[in-house]
Amino acid sequence: MASSIAQLAQDLRARKTSAVELAQAALARARARADLNAFITLDEAGALATAQRAEGRFANGSLAGIPFAHKDIFCTHGVRTTCASRMLENFVPPYDAGVVEHLRDVYAVSIGKTNMDEFAMGSSSENSHFGAVKNPWDVTRVPGGSSGGSAAAVAAGIVPFATGTDSGGSVRQPAAFCGITGLKPTYGRVSRFGMIAYASSLDCAGVLARSAQDCMYVLSAMAGHDPRDATSVARALDNYNAELSTTLQGIKIGIAREYFGAGVEPGVAAAVRAALAQYEKLGATLVDVSLPNAHLAIPAYYVIAPAEASSNLARYDGVRYGHRCADPQSLEDLYTRSRGEGFGAEVKRRILVGTYALSAGYYDAYYLRAQRARRVIANDFDEAFKQVDLIAGPTTPTVAFKLGEKTADPLAMYAADVNTVAVNLAGLPAISIPAGFSENLPVGLQLIAPAFAESRLLAAAHQFQSATDWHTREPRA
Amino acid sequence: MSIDTATVARIARLARLPLDANAAPQIADELARVLDLAGELANASLDGVEPLAHPQAQTLAWRADAVTESNRADALLALAPDARSGLYAVPKVIG
Repeated sequence: MASSIAQLAQDLRARKTSAVELAQAALARARARADLNAFITLDEAGALATAQRAEGRFANGSLAGIPFAHKDIFCTHGVRTTCASRMLENFVPPYDAGVVEHLRDVYAVSIGKTNMDEFAMGSSSENSHFGAVKNPWDVTRVPGGSSGGSAAAVAAGIVPFATGTDSGGSVRQPAAFCGITGLKPTYGRVSRFGMIAYASSLDCAGVLARSAQDCMYVLSAMAGHDPRDATSVARALDNYNAELSTTLQGIKIGIAREYFGAGVEPGVAAAVRAALAQYEKLGATLVDVSLPNAHLAIPAYYVIAPAEASSNLARYDGVRYGHRCADPQSLEDLYTRSRGEGFGAEVKRRILVGTYALSAGYYDAYYLRAQRARRVIANDFDEAFKQVDLIAGPTTPTVAFKLGEKTADPLAMYAADVNTVAVNLAGLPAISIPAGFSENLPVGLQLIAPAFAESRLLAAAHQFQSATDWHTREPRA
Repeated sequence: MSIDTATVARIARLARLPLDANAAPQIADELARVLDLAGELANASLDGVEPLAHPQAQTLAWRADAVTESNRADALLALAPDARSGLYAVPKVIG
């Protein structure tokens, strides 16, 4: 079984291995699993240099010397950052993202950049200029998206953790599809500085790892106030490690009936209900709750996210950086052809939807109305959290689907996010943990907590993982 | 709802995206289907609800109004597809 962060840190301290050896082994595994297409760029030189700097700095629970990978949405100084787009195929950032700085400051060793849906727009990691990512449990299936490369790299045992981003489920949904643990913190808890923007009021950096404990170590290093991100919250970090051992006695878990709706496969619902029964055995009380506006989450998300995307992606104009078309005849021609050549089909679709929703005469009917829906969705959570400590349900309605199965129908793809997007609209923290299998494919249980209650979320996930072994299951190589 | 190809052409122009006339009907159909999703919003009772633009709006921190950037013009211009004399270069705008 692949080692946990705690085990690797212990091995480093005991000099059973070295950071350079760990980095080399992770790079070798990444190359051996090139079939997964999980990486866009491997950074061997950078990894070995960081590993050498990490030597002698090891401590229990520290990330010093631990290999990992960054989703290719985080700007890395001197290392190509593509966002899986032709637009940024040759973009080498002149600075590091806040998350990248934080992990570098603790001497964690990035071995490279993971594949994803272009500009984080997608739920299958098939919308990549660099080709689709494969699910390590079944290479004919998708790993989920948009952080699919990160999820596949962790699930295949290439790295113990990887960074991701979650605007509508892009950490939790691939974590569920790949049988690993995925944490989306509270909006504002982790810096967005240098994280390429998709939908700014929803985008949130997160972590994909093999356990809640490993997520805890990474969150402790990643999180914190960053004055360069105006939406970063100036609030002291909790001691996530100290609170991890909090038991489930007296914890009330709300079962949101809306999350077990018609589209949820029976095998997924059964695995999640069995996991919830385990929670009861561990001392939690299950309470039925309702989120009556849950059905508005997908409509609100698919107005707000494209609207913000159309604005954010206006910066890609072929002038200051990114792809420029050959022989532009005029400035207008330069803009239009550079964008036409640089963006893929789903990115263009969302830009058009967003442009429409924001255009004169439609703003009130679409964007403003979606923001009103956002308010009632957030209020539903506030009401539910008056009765319960956590809310639970299936992370996704189905297990991982086949490659190509939903690419022809954007709306079928959007439905994969039905249980995850509301969390982003409300800005709450949530985690997906392995809860069992259906059709031999992993099923994820989603736990949602009130804003800034990451400690409660991580403890609840850790208690479950201390009593079960779903999170230790690994796909056959 | 339905969207005509003239509307698609107008939106594409606003978004500075090229539009292949042959693909316009299919794009119009896709846009209409995505926007149909938003139809649920029209049917919901949301009148008078205060819009929520941002999940943590009340907790945003202020920072000092101080210059923190150094002069990195060369590093930034090096990223440009075309830069000359310390400036971004683009095709002639005025004839």
